[in-house]
Parts: sequence; structure tokens; C-alpha cells
Amino acid sequence: MNEMKAMFSKKTLIKLVRSNMVPMLFFVICLGGVVASKLSFLYIVNEIVNRLDRNLFLVLSLIIPVVAGMGLNFALVIGAMAGQIGLIAIKVWNIGGISGLFLAMLISVPFALVFGYATGILLNKTKGKEMITSLILGFFAMGLYQLVFLLFIGTIIPIKNPEIVLPGGVGLKNAIDLSLIQYALDNLLSVNIMGIKIPLASFILIGLLCLFTEFILKTKIGQDFRAVGQDMHVAEVAGIDVDRTRLVAITISTLLAAWGQIIFLQNIGTLQTYSSHEQVGMFAVAAILVGGASVTKATISNAIIGTILFHTLFIVSPNAGKNLFGDPQIGEFFRSFVAYGVIALSLALHAIQKNFDTNIKAESAELK
Amino acid sequence: MGETKNTYIIELKEIEKEYYGNKVLKGVSLAVKQGEIHALVGENGAGKSTLMNIIFGMPVIFNTGGFSGEIFFEGRPVEIKSPREAMELGIGMVHQEFMLLPGFTITENIKLNREILKDNIASKIFGPKLKTLDVAAMRKDAKKALNELGMNVDEWLPVAGLPVGYMQFVEIAREIDKKNVKLLIFDEPTAVLAESEAEKLLDAMKMLAAKGIGILFITHRLNEVLAVADNITVLRDGEKVGTMRKEEASIEKMAQMMVGRKIERVEKSKGRVEKNTEVILSIRNLYVDMPGEQVKGVNLDVYRGEILGIGGLAGQGKIGIANGIMGLYRAKGEVYKNGKKIELNNPRKAMENGLAFVSEDRRGVGLMLDESIELNIAIGAMQVKGMFLKPLLGLNWIKLLDERKVRENALKYIKELDIRCTGPTQKTRQLSGGNQQKVCIAKALVLEPDILFVSEPTRGIDIGAKKLVLDLLVKLNVEKGMTIVMTSSELGELRSICDRIAIVYDGKIEGILSPQDSDTDFGLMMAGEYKSHSREEAL
Repeated sequence: MNEMKAMFSKKTLIKLVRSNMVPMLFFVICLGGVVASKLSFLYIVNEIVNRLDRNLFLVLSLIIPVVAGMGLNFALVIGAMAGQIGLIAIKVWNIGGISGLFLAMLISVPFALVFGYATGILLNKTKGKEMITSLILGFFAMGLYQLVFLLFIGTIIPIKNPEIVLPGGVGLKNAIDLSLIQYALDNLLSVNIMGIKIPLASFILIGLLCLFTEFILKTKIGQDFRAVGQDMHVAEVAGIDVDRTRLVAITISTLLAAWGQIIFLQNIGTLQTYSSHEQVGMFAVAAILVGGASVTKATISNAIIGTILFHTLFIVSPNAGKNLFGDPQIGEFFRSFVAYGVIALSLALHAIQKNFDTNIKAESAELK
Repeated sequence: MGETKNTYIIELKEIEKEYYGNKVLKGVSLAVKQGEIHALVGENGAGKSTLMNIIFGMPVIFNTGGFSGEIFFEGRPVEIKSPREAMELGIGMVHQEFMLLPGFTITENIKLNREILKDNIASKIFGPKLKTLDVAAMRKDAKKALNELGMNVDEWLPVAGLPVGYMQFVEIAREIDKKNVKLLIFDEPTAVLAESEAEKLLDAMKMLAAKGIGILFITHRLNEVLAVADNITVLRDGEKVGTMRKEEASIEKMAQMMVGRKIERVEKSKGRVEKNTEVILSIRNLYVDMPGEQVKGVNLDVYRGEILGIGGLAGQGKIGIANGIMGLYRAKGEVYKNGKKIELNNPRKAMENGLAFVSEDRRGVGLMLDESIELNIAIGAMQVKGMFLKPLLGLNWIKLLDERKVRENALKYIKELDIRCTGPTQKTRQLSGGNQQKVCIAKALVLEPDILFVSEPTRGIDIGAKKLVLDLLVKLNVEKGMTIVMTSSELGELRSICDRIAIVYDGKIEGILSPQDSDTDFGLMMAGEYKSHSREEAL
């Protein structure tokens, strides 16, 4: 009897380890990186808090489309663009501080809704291939974005402000200074605990988003998301408007991404007009995958754990590279290698884990 | 609504429907009264499913050009354009394939898209979509619906792990939980159920009808029709052959109307000359992880040149044996052919060793639905044996498809097996179930196997084709000496052509019987009572 019990607990332990294989592996890598980087603990914690503040909102915006069965929404990029439009607008009108920040959020709303709706329509036409579609759609949108801000500004859109417009009078500058809203949110309510600066206002906002996500999954529309995510056909036969539900999911995600990008940039303080949005989708996806999410399952804790682990790796990898290989260049290389490698690795690990789960099931059946 | 007693709940008038120029319904009329169980019988491809899809407003109908004819619901003409509209009218459907979400609990499935909601601040501002679910009330309703059906299962369990029979009842519970339901459509609900479960289901149907719900019951099983139906409509090739009252009906009459010719019962017709006991295939301690059909340690010997039947109730694991040996589901154990061990979990190795399999899952495993008949027949042999290939410009390492041979081969089997099609290039998706099955068998035969595994060869096939398939198996066995292992849910079919019948219970072989053994022995074995046989259980 005791033997059985011991075996049982061992089995559950193995199962626990296996089902959290991805975050655990990255935890070990992070630990190694932290040691190798020889950075002070306080520095690392400060950086992690900072990056959670910056990125978590964006990562959280991925959850709803996953629940609705649309995979990881690489089209976050498009939402980020809507956010940047809001920021450019307040820069033009020169409205700073917290009111500027909220105005930017407000301005981004109609853009995000339209972009999200359009994305949703396209994704409804490419069911089953949402991830690759949203990835490519992101690239395509970047082209349109460049067209608008490089060519239309100063010609069709009358913006003259020499601080942001290129010397020729056409097109926005490469970098736009956002110091008028930098830390507007972070410094609104900030506490310092044992040398760690915590931007409470930002975290309250992120907390609200967590609550919102939890709440919406408990509502009728949330139940529809889950139903559609599991089986579109069954949901359709039950009378759920599948296309509409998916549209709502992707629109919410796009809107959240717009706001997430605004929070991100208020922390950074500079808008790289043509590249700030580039990596948004990729990095958010990588972070949530590291946190143990998959194409079909994502939770708030996945987002939080993933963001912590992924960015820890980001923080320590240049130094670790320098210390280990004597060349900071290798650390830099390691950094971009990590971002893409993480996506590939965690997708592969998830496949392996799935296989393992079925094996476990078979063995337990044989034991009976 | 008081007068609905005398009027019909639903009346279909002169329904016609075409799919790609192919007329599948040619002016069918049908009417169901309150509290009536109306059975709709017909062969595969007779148009039953299409008719149901029309009543339920399935998108497939409108994506293919709609239909003509009229539908009256409670005396009023209606146009049903979506499942949602059908449901709003009070039409419920219990589908042939389960319309359940495995990750949801029983409650969530029963209440799918009809969740009980309660207000919160957000919903008052932003609309009803943001109302929260009232889980407690939902569970209470679900429990009530389950109790009504006599189901004793916890309503918070996820559907994923439930036995198939339970899933069917969850579907029915969902329909009766709909307060306004007036017409229930059962689309071959007993197809996946074991006999005892099927009986329970028929009882539930009678109970529902007694409450005044009209029931449209589609089935292949004619004895079930006689057991519950008040009226019976027979369809054949998209036409209504006739409607009769239960008192006028008999199995022979219905069958005759369905196929339009007198059917002969398939009986064991061959006298076997010798009893061969040379073991060709030996299965030892086989475990197969096939969901719903777990095999838990099977030991079985197959003799050369016999037809071995594998029977048993649904969910006991009979289907898993062949699937495991052929490497389609994860298997563990030992399988020896002629004393040589066969590698498991490797379909290619199994086929190279002279095993071939006709899967019970025709449309999923058996066929590439969007490819031609000829390619479907050839593909297995092409991959495993390198047949139907020719070298490019004499280079042996670049092989091209030999289209001429593929065509010849396909024509041969189309003729031999009487595959009804427009030609060898027709897509298999467009074939009826019986003809698809014939393509599957042809595909296996091209491999020229020593042992042919056939799973549920007559499932979803009309009576005429059934006999043809069984005759074909006997012919292969007698003329070519092929060893056949046939898995089937239909005991009568096994007893008609098999030499020995192994009955599977709880993932193990309960015992092996001769087809001449008594019904009682078969019954006991299938119920797992054979070994602990006592008189009172013999009934």
C-alpha cells in the first residue's frame, strides 16, 4: 500500500515536472545566466520590475485570442501601430503628462477597433491558419504604416512641426522624443522598497487588465470564446455566431495591444517611428510561450511567469556572453538568438510534452 | 397552440435538393404530429441526412444553393436559414456525430449557448454579452435534465473522459433542457451505442413523445423502428417510397421498400473442408491506447486460412486490437507472424509484413477524400511495395507515377467490387458510404496481404451493399486462402461468416466461441459474465 502511494506521488511529481517543462527549462537557463552575468541581484530585480511594467500589458493581450482558438496573435503589431498613432497625435498637439497619456490611449481606440475588426475579417477567411496569417499581416501593415508616415505626412496630412518631421518637410523623423509623457504613468504612484523602484500605478493598471481578462472569461462572451476555441463546428450548430465571436476576440486583443504599446513607450521615452512596433508581436509571443502557454492554452500566470523569465534572460545575456566568451558582441548576438530560438524551442517542447502526456495516459491504463 | 394536437408540428412539402447537379431529394413530403415518433428509414445516400440538414437550417444546404419546397411549422410557413432559427422555432437535433465540446463539463455542454446569466455592473453598461454565468443554476438545470433521462452522472465532470453512451445522453439532455422544444430529430442516435444503451435511449424517446414532443427518428436498425415508431416513412434514392403505420410494418417489408428488392439474410453458406490449426498470427499481452476502445492485455492466436471474428459491446476494446497491431494507435506487447516478431507502432512495418487493414474510420483513416478513386486504391501499395511506379528516363532512383497501371488497376477493382461511380477519377468524397468502403477494401487488397484486418466493414452501409461486402470477404477467404480478422459490432454478421468468434470484454478476450454456440453464451460473454457464470444471470 505504502509502495503504491510512493509510486503514485512520484508519478504525479514527474507529471508536474513534465507539464511545466518549458518554464522550468528556462528557469534553469535564467539561473545560469544570472550567475554567469555577475550582475548584482538588486540590479536584476530592478530591471525585471521595470520590464514587467513595460511588457506585461502587451503579453496579457495575447490571452483572449488563444482562448478563442485563434492561436497566438502575431498581429499585435497592428495594435501597437494604433497605439503609436495616438502617441504621435499627442506629440503633434504637444499634450504631455498623465493627461497626454490617457489622451493618446483614447485616440488609439478608434484606430485599434478598426484595425482589429479588419484583422478579424481576414482571420475569419483563413480559419486554421490564423498564426501565419497574422504574422504576415503584421509585415504587410508595416509597409502601409511606412507609406503613411514616410510619405503622407507633410503632403496629405498637414503636420509641419520640425521637431518630428524630417528636414525636407515630408515624413516623420526616425526617432521621436516622448519625454513629455515619459514615466507619466510610472511616476504617478511609485514606491521604493529596499532599493527596488515599483511603479504602482502601472501595476494597478496591469492588475485591472488581469481582472478584466478573468472577468470576461466568466461572462457569456467568454464562454463563447471557449466554445469556439474548442470546436467551431459544434459552436456553430449550438447557434453561436462563430465569426462574430472571433472578431470580438481579435478586436479586444488589438485594442489591448495599442494600450500596451503606449504603456511600453511611456517607459522607454523615445518612439522609434519605424521600428518600435516591429518586434512587439514576436517578443510578446516568445514571452508567453516561455511561461508555459501553448497555441491552444494560455493563462494569466503563463503571461506573468513568461515575461519574468524571458526578460531575465534578456537582461543577463549580454553580460553573460561577455563574461563567458570575452566578447560583448557575442552577448548581443545571443540576445536576438534567444528571442527567436525561444519560440522555436518552446513550440518543439510543447509538441514533445503532448506526446509525453499521451504516453503517460497509456501507461496508467496498462497499470490498471 | 391549443389546437396543435390535431395539426402537424412540422410539415414538409415537395422538398427538392440538388448537390452539384446531382438530385438527392426529389419532392419529398413528410409530416410529424405532436407526441408522434416518426421513423425515417432508408439506405445510405437515400437523402435522410440532407432532409434533416434542411429542417435544421444547416449552412451546408445554403452554401450549395439552397433547396426548393415548403416547410410548415405548427401550420405556419417558415424559412429556416440557420441552426439558430431552427432552435428558436423549437427544433432540437441529436446528431450522429456528437456535438459536444470535450473540454467543457457536462453542464456547460448541456447549457451550450443557452447559459443562465446574471447581471453585473459591466453588463448593465455594455450589454448582455457581458453577463456572468450563473453556474449554480446551470448545474441545477443540467442535473434535472439528466435525472429525467435516468442518468446518474455528476454534472460537473468534463465530457472528455465519458463513455460514448453517456455522451449521447448528454446530447439528449441538452435538447430536453430546451424549454420550448417541440420537435426532436434523432439522427442515427443508436449507431454508436451498445444494445443495452440503445434500449435505454429508446425508452427515453418514448418518454419524450409521451410529453407531447414530436420525434423524427432516423436509423438503420429496423427492429428499433418497430419498437418505438408510430409512423414510418421510407426513402429510396431521394424519393419517398411510402409511409405506413406501425401496425402495417414489418422488418421484411421495410427492408424490401428500402432496397427495392427482396433481401436474403446473409447466412453461413460454406462448408469448411479442413480445420487448420496452424497459427499464422500470435498476439501476446497486447495493450493499445485507443481512446474509448482501450485494449488491456489481449492474448489471441489466429489460424491460417480462417475468418476470425472479434466481437463485443461498444467501448470494450474490440476496435483497438486491429488498430494497435497496425500501428495506428500506441500499442505495447508482442505480435508474431509465422513466429517472427512484428514491430509495433509502425504502420509501414505492419504492411510490409503482409498485414492489411480496412479501418472502421473510412473517411478519416481509410480515404483521402479529395483524391480520386484510382489514387486511393493505389496509394498504399505504391508506398509500401513500390507498385505503380516507373523509373524516369531509366533512372531507378527517380520514380514517377505510372498512371496507366493505376488506371487499369482501378478499373479492375471498380468492376470486381461493383464500385458505383462516374469513373476512376471521381473524388471519393462524392461517393456514398458503401462505395467508399469498397474503395477501402480495394486499397487493402492491392497490397495482397496474408492477413486482412477488417473493422466494422458494414457500418453505415445499406443492406444490399452489406451482403456484397460479406460475400466478398468469404470469397477472398475461400478462393485466395486469405486469413481474415473481422471486427464487428453486429454479432449476426460475425456469426454468418466467421469460423471462430472472439468476444472482447473490458479490453481482454473473454472467450472464443463457435458461430453455432447458443445465444446465451454470446450474451453472457459480451456482458463479461461468462467466466463467473451462474444460473440466475443466464436469464
